[in-house]
Amino acid sequence: MKKQWIWALPLAVFVVMVGFFAASLDKDPRELPSQRLDKPAPAFTLPLLENPQASFSPAQMHGQVWLLNVWASWCAACRSEHALIGQLAKQVPVVGLNQQDEAGAARAWLAELGNPYLATPTDDDGRVSIDYGVYGVPETFVIDKQGVIRYRHLGPVTEQSINDVLLPLIRKLQA
Amino acid sequence: MKRTRHTLLWLQTLVAMLLLVCTTLALAATPALSPDEAAVDARLKAISRELRCLVCQNETLADSNAKLAQNLRREVRKLIADGHSDSEVISFLTERYGDFVRYRPPFKPLTWLLWLGPFALLGCGALMLGHIVQRQKQQDAPPPDAATAARINALLAQQNKDTLA
Repeated sequence: MKKQWIWALPLAVFVVMVGFFAASLDKDPRELPSQRLDKPAPAFTLPLLENPQASFSPAQMHGQVWLLNVWASWCAACRSEHALIGQLAKQVPVVGLNQQDEAGAARAWLAELGNPYLATPTDDDGRVSIDYGVYGVPETFVIDKQGVIRYRHLGPVTEQSINDVLLPLIRKLQA
Repeated sequence: MKRTRHTLLWLQTLVAMLLLVCTTLALAATPALSPDEAAVDARLKAISRELRCLVCQNETLADSNAKLAQNLRREVRKLIADGHSDSEVISFLTERYGDFVRYRPPFKPLTWLLWLGPFALLGCGALMLGHIVQRQKQQDAPPPDAATAARINALLAQQNKDTLA
């Protein structure tokens, strides 16, 4: 009769563990939270793909909501999201950070698939990408009027992520 | 017959020459490190063994050949060469990629369970063990009184006699 509950303890621990594992099943272990969220977008100045004499820096976008889309011609997932980036570019300026690419291949890629980008700064050694905490390409950052990173989308954008997350957030920030 | 032996000799010479060229090239490709560079290299190795490659998450930064890992190793090398301490190098990375890059997570409220959990479980086990031992001691039968003890001894003696007989 006394302290019968002690035998329920292992069962309780088991149930809690099952709960943890079940909750983790749906999560992608590769998806890490961005450390740059709600922090100012790191400053940089990089030459443009189309015109290496000219350069781009995030300060030029001050006062407007914009997207920073990290892409490369060697990245297969970038090709699959490109049409959707084009759709987004009709709503909001998109800057395409071209990561560790060959200029010729990158230009040919844009000529083939269309160039939705307001500017395409080239991150040849990947240093700026590291500052943004990029660990997979493509990644897309939503940056607000004050130059603060408000959202980071990992991997290719999808119609669902655009309609459910990106566009509502962009509209809210633009208002 | 003579001809084939000739070709064989030629082939052997060719292979020998090729090997010689390869060795020379290989030697030329690995420049000798100055003592400073060797020290930077050793620290880079030590630090990058503590860090996780984010692309292939179960590899260390030292082992991974992913593009990102190469870039990060280059940045870490630069930071070390510029005279930054190990903790500065690690905070450079955690600032950008979070505590997940470290194989040894820091001790802070969020990780208390992680660090202390095993010891807490061990403590629980010890408590339960103590509890069970205590209860078994209580359940042990009390020693028999004098009369019962005498009867037990008599029975045992009888049994001994029977088995011997």
